Amino acid sequence: MGMMASLLAEYEKIVGTDVIDQLRQLSGILSGLNVVHINSTKEGGGVAEILHRLIPLKNELGLNARWEVIAGNRQFYQCTKLMHNALQGNRVELSQELLKNYEETVRENCEELREYLENADIVFIHDPQPAALIAHYPVHKGKWIWRCHIDVSHPYRQVWKYLRDHVRHYDASIWSLSEFAQPLPHPLYLIAPSIDPLSKKNIELSSDDLDKTFTKYGLDPMRPVITQISRFDRFKDPVGVIHSYRLVREFHPIQLVLAGGGATDDPEGEEVLAQVRQAASDDPDIHVLMLPPDDHLTINALQRISDIILQKSTREGFGLTVTEAMWKGKPVIGGDTGGIRLQVINHHTGFLVNTPEGAALRIRYLLKRREKLEEMGQKARRFVLENFLITRHLREYLTLMVAVMFKREDRIEA
Amino acid sequence: MAEAFALKDCALIAISTGQQAQTLRELRDRIETTNQSCIYYHFWGGLLRPRFDDPEFQNDFAVWARHSIHDKPLAERLALINPTDYEDLEDLRTKVVDIIEERLEESETLPYVRASNNFYFVRSQIVVFDTGRRFYDPMELASLIPRLSVGSIFYHFIDARRRTQLGKDDFTEWLKGFDAGYEPLNKQIATIDPYFTTLVELRGELAEVFARYLGRKDGHDGQPAR
Repeated sequence: MGMMASLLAEYEKIVGTDVIDQLRQLSGILSGLNVVHINSTKEGGGVAEILHRLIPLKNELGLNARWEVIAGNRQFYQCTKLMHNALQGNRVELSQELLKNYEETVRENCEELREYLENADIVFIHDPQPAALIAHYPVHKGKWIWRCHIDVSHPYRQVWKYLRDHVRHYDASIWSLSEFAQPLPHPLYLIAPSIDPLSKKNIELSSDDLDKTFTKYGLDPMRPVITQISRFDRFKDPVGVIHSYRLVREFHPIQLVLAGGGATDDPEGEEVLAQVRQAASDDPDIHVLMLPPDDHLTINALQRISDIILQKSTREGFGLTVTEAMWKGKPVIGGDTGGIRLQVINHHTGFLVNTPEGAALRIRYLLKRREKLEEMGQKARRFVLENFLITRHLREYLTLMVAVMFKREDRIEA
Repeated sequence: MAEAFALKDCALIAISTGQQAQTLRELRDRIETTNQSCIYYHFWGGLLRPRFDDPEFQNDFAVWARHSIHDKPLAERLALINPTDYEDLEDLRTKVVDIIEERLEESETLPYVRASNNFYFVRSQIVVFDTGRRFYDPMELASLIPRLSVGSIFYHFIDARRRTQLGKDDFTEWLKGFDAGYEPLNKQIATIDPYFTTLVELRGELAEVFARYLGRKDGHDGQPAR
């Protein structure tokens, strides 16, 4: 408890006493509650990152929280990746064989998790991978909540219908934006994700560390660096980013960094990476970096040495890399989609764009108007401080738990 | 001697209703029938959820009119609605519908404009919890205001307008219970416009009003007012 007790104190230094006091008061209502979170990977991707911190925080606040992971074979991840893409709007067919393997994998995991799931007061199931677990608990003691981190605003209907048959049995679901919420016969809660200011991805770094990053990746500290951090995924449009870079190069001697971590549940990544390498050809100022999923300090440093961060996604769940960049005081040029819209306030914290040309235009503007670049960066950081840190996320989880555990009215006097 | 001031706090969680509007007519139709808590959320919820601190418009209907329907006159008229001017949410609902209908009648094209982004109706649940803190002395409360959570400010200063008989804030109600007149302080509190601001700014304004009044009072007679 000693180490954990200091965790809240660490956040208090960043967000203030009032915010932490409120979390303690709110969690007092939920003291001793058994809470289980389940997803499909311990490393890689925003879900795992946030759970790494959310669980100890809940425990420090007096809840009894744990995090379990379901495991699957390659075919299982292939199936869930296809599901993920289909929920984002891609027309993909899931073969009976893949679905059978999916269900079988979930069933196998179910046995290992039975002890925790049967005793839980609240179960949070993250994303499609473990969603079918509920089929094995038709009668459950606790409240089951499905947390969807994906942009499901225009899902491919066939696949959504399959998944909906599982999800509709939950007691509630959580969506990152109201645009994503799909009709279901239970309350559809809205909670935006968050970042953790104490994680390796976001902690302050020394100038020495930043200098080393320039050297390590062969970047010239005298020339502007433009960076997109994201998995190598078609929806992040890395090839479009290279196109933007070429349009800017005529006017500014920029360097482009495309850095991505792989996640263990993302078999499609390598194919996209090959396309990116081809598009980059032999340009020495395009740096395509395939980083291990746990190399958070490098990602942190790359964001900090950048002048501008891009997140030119054509579809995006929420876009935690946008939040991270903003927290480091960088303006973000982002695709006008999903959660990016909630964070990038056009002309205030960055720019929303629809094309590589639009991104190029804004990069040129910010490199020419340095004072604007600085001002937007500062506004971006403050916006994240007040709205997108893990403490706000945690408050909403606690509020939701009180709401589902006790009453369903608009107003709950706890 | 007045009763103790019981400091409470609250947190809000948003819930999608699944209802959306693609045109202004659809918006009007949905506003007419939607749950009252949706009206509440779209006027007041912005204070308790992630939002840029310098919003162009204070309520979600005005924002949508400006950025999704691209109708500036409608946005301006909707933005000017001050929800505290209305006795209850039904009156507020009627006002919004009236403004939309008026604009639909004025414009030949507006009824056919399809929004670039749909309006999503959201309601909320509010969890109110007791902080366990009690205050007997306005001075004591005044010194704590700068450190209150924004949830406490929302509960006692905004939400109170729905709960209290006079439709005012909890601080004013409490101060009325003291023998020594706090009328001047109550008048000053009443000048704070709870709309067109953020909760952090509201907290600052309240703290200043309390400090200024009680500081002066303290200076005059050497004793805090009882």
